[in-house]
Amino acid sequence: MKQEHIVIIGNGISGVTLARHIRKLSDKRITLISSESEYFFSRTALMYVYMGHMKWNHLKPYEDSFWKKNRLELKQAHVKHIDTERKQLELDSGEDFSYDKLVIACGSKYNKFGWPGQDAEGVIGLVSKQDLEALEVYAPNNEVCKRAVIVGGGLIGVELAEMLSTRNIPVTFLVREEHFWSNVIPDQEAQLLERHIREHGIDLRLDQNLEEIITDEQGKVKAVKVKETGEIIDCDLVGLTPGVSPNIEFLKSSKIELNRGVLVSRMLETSEPDVYAIGDCAEQREPIGNRPAVEAVWYTGRMMGETLAQTLCGNPMNYNPGHWFNSAKFFDIEYQTYGWVFPEPKEGHADFYWEAEDGKKCIHIHFEKESRIFKGINTFGIRMRHEVFDYWLTEEATVDEVIKHLKSANFDPEFFERYEKEILEAYKKQEVDV
Amino acid sequence: MSLDVNMSVTGNTPEALNVQQKLSAALGLAGIFIMSLSAFNVGFQPQALWLTLAIGLVAIGIVWYTRASYAGKTAGIKNDGVYFKSLTNRGLWAYLVGIVFTGFYIVLYFYPGLLGLNSDSANTGIISLFDPLSQFMAGRPASQWFVYGTLYTLAILGFGFKFLWKYRHNSYQRLRTFSVMFFQLGFAFVIPEVMARLNDDDFSLPYYNLVNIWPLNYYNFEQYRVDEFISAGTVGIALLIFGVLSILVITPILTYKYGKRWYCSWVCGCGGLAETAGDPFRHLSDKTQSAWKLERWLVHSVLVFVVVMTTAVVYSYLSPGGYWLSGGAFLISVAVLLSVIFGWAMLFKRQELKKDARYAAIGFFVVIMALIALHFSGMTSKVFLFEAETLRASYGFLIGAIFSGVVGVGFYPIFGNRVWCRFGCPMAAVLGFQQRLFSKFRITTNGGQCISCGNCSTYCEMGIDVRAYAQKGENIVRSSCVGCGICASVCPRGVLKLENDTPKGRINSKDILLGNDVDLMDLVNQNKK
Repeated sequence: MKQEHIVIIGNGISGVTLARHIRKLSDKRITLISSESEYFFSRTALMYVYMGHMKWNHLKPYEDSFWKKNRLELKQAHVKHIDTERKQLELDSGEDFSYDKLVIACGSKYNKFGWPGQDAEGVIGLVSKQDLEALEVYAPNNEVCKRAVIVGGGLIGVELAEMLSTRNIPVTFLVREEHFWSNVIPDQEAQLLERHIREHGIDLRLDQNLEEIITDEQGKVKAVKVKETGEIIDCDLVGLTPGVSPNIEFLKSSKIELNRGVLVSRMLETSEPDVYAIGDCAEQREPIGNRPAVEAVWYTGRMMGETLAQTLCGNPMNYNPGHWFNSAKFFDIEYQTYGWVFPEPKEGHADFYWEAEDGKKCIHIHFEKESRIFKGINTFGIRMRHEVFDYWLTEEATVDEVIKHLKSANFDPEFFERYEKEILEAYKKQEVDV
Repeated sequence: MSLDVNMSVTGNTPEALNVQQKLSAALGLAGIFIMSLSAFNVGFQPQALWLTLAIGLVAIGIVWYTRASYAGKTAGIKNDGVYFKSLTNRGLWAYLVGIVFTGFYIVLYFYPGLLGLNSDSANTGIISLFDPLSQFMAGRPASQWFVYGTLYTLAILGFGFKFLWKYRHNSYQRLRTFSVMFFQLGFAFVIPEVMARLNDDDFSLPYYNLVNIWPLNYYNFEQYRVDEFISAGTVGIALLIFGVLSILVITPILTYKYGKRWYCSWVCGCGGLAETAGDPFRHLSDKTQSAWKLERWLVHSVLVFVVVMTTAVVYSYLSPGGYWLSGGAFLISVAVLLSVIFGWAMLFKRQELKKDARYAAIGFFVVIMALIALHFSGMTSKVFLFEAETLRASYGFLIGAIFSGVVGVGFYPIFGNRVWCRFGCPMAAVLGFQQRLFSKFRITTNGGQCISCGNCSTYCEMGIDVRAYAQKGENIVRSSCVGCGICASVCPRGVLKLENDTPKGRINSKDILLGNDVDLMDLVNQNKK
């Protein structure tokens, strides 16, 4: 029997996880195609290279010999067109490359919302290796880049602000919403983060939109104009970080059905036979639970890879993610979330918020009013145990049980100050007040 | 320059050091300069004043440098620019410092005369500069070892202070740094020096740092020391017994409860220097698989060497008689002890040893037993084919001086701060064996939260690829882990935690990480079995 050839477009976390798991389960021929980088690297760690914490080599989770040893073929190329009838890829080199099964795991690109000047020189995002290279060119130090403006308040925006500030580059941070990241987190947490961002000397502007990016004669960024105030802010770099969207431009010539992303079933199949999509670029036809249809998160990419590997190796399986979790770090403050905490409690839900005296740690719990079932927690500055919260969510523990046993979920290093008692007191007080 | 090679070194970063950092560094170096000048018999008088000045300048320089580096910043992980600075990225400064350190150790071990040690007359040079302090503490003139001990303690205290500031948000890091500063100042320096005052014509104890345990302290059971212990009566015998119990009873118990970190990053002097003065170089350790392999072979070879050497040395002075224990009885006890340990490991723990570790263990055991058997069969009058003295001298030269000193510390800026601990220290090998096979300690991975960023691996001073475990959701149970806790500190997502918990389920391996639905995890984890 001919050896089946699985071709994966993209060597990010989704594609690589898939490839690794297929290799564990089978002897199929596997090829990973990428034009971004020769070897898999951790995209989430791009910032640390610019800040001088690490070198590029440290971003690679596997030694370069790993790929050959595990017979994972790497091909550096850009796919121009997919012919799903003939099962062939057209590469930028002109070469045709055939597959038996194709997996699209090509990830995201950063959003541009049609601002004048958005394609000027000196406008960057922070998604790819190439973005990092561009940043080194436009903002190597505070002489070349006297000020940077970041547009869009989310995880990547704050990372970029931290990066630039380590090179003493003044940063103005334009956030459309009234509070930082307020489409995801409640106001209390947002305010805690706003204080922390400002503590680092970032000029954080809430409720301000970008009107246009002004360029000089060479087409390079010179300033930005703020919509609300008409203020012109001189700058040498504009960072666009208002979220990401699927990187599917190259698929438009193919027969694969697209919407915002590549439309997939719960089996991660696209509209065309033997073509699958996973990770940031996939869009669920039916959103799963509270999850958005397009999930651009490291963890979900990994989980889709793990699941699809089962399907491709003869054990068909739905993508069925468990309880939602995520994490991030905002300058010095770590954030974790388990289950669902929305900006406002949902209908029939209530919340409990506790903040430490130093204003740098807090937890926020959402629960069902009637049944008191625990729905989710945001935790800032205190590490929690994933396994324990996963268990509580599965068992539908009540908020009272969670608060009472919070100690068992603590994951802070030994000898760290503990806050369970204080939290319990605050909780009791709130319950009495109600 | 290609990004793949090294994007960090653009040379376009903010100035590596600010003005205050430069001034404070200069101040500290001025202190070192005074000491260096004294080597040329400049004749600083009064010495006590100049010594105080030199030490004071170094201390003030470090304290000022620390404030200039961290006081203006928020508490948190501040590794900004580590890979931009020449000193911490194997640049010119790193090589210069490496050469100076290496040179210092060569002089210290092999040419103490250059420091001013004179066999028949009073000290001159640097050593004489330290005479007043030695007279004050121990009531005797300084030696090269006193000078070294003072500088060593100064380095741990000074850079310990710096470390305390750098990690002022982290109680684990602070506590263990206070601990190494305390043990260095008290146990390694002040107590043994002051104890020297008790010595007179009828009573004499050897210089004994209680926490410097055999086999790190490879000369602890040599004849001159054992004779001194015995002649010092009850106190001496108690110390001798403590020395034996330390390695055979105390270390296994503490390592079982807390992992080898109780020693390596809380108590040990070598670890103390590595964690304080060596901290800026921790990321330079080699993380490759091949370095790990070299480490396993090298460190265990040194352990075998020290066991053979010590056995031969002790046997050689016991066998003519005159001691409570006869040479033959001693050899038999060593053989029994080794057989028990080897048997236990092979019977109960063989599945936990890697293949090459199993082969090596069998190999080493067979060789040692064959040598002992050879002796009893009368085929050779010497144990182990070599003169005990030859073994002792070569161990002292190769391992004691070259490996632990010249290479171990001298190469900090090139190979990182734990070269000796990782590749050479026989104590680390013993504790590592205990930690891997018989301990409650592990680094727990937090479900599916790892993002493979690599901070943990980069900043692991022992060269452990922590990420390789964390991204698989696997606990980290490695014999070399000294439990410094830096991986957990630099992790941006709260994935790692050093813990002592039940030994059951300590070593786990999950194919699928937490986050998927339970069926998939069950299925894949079952498939493995």
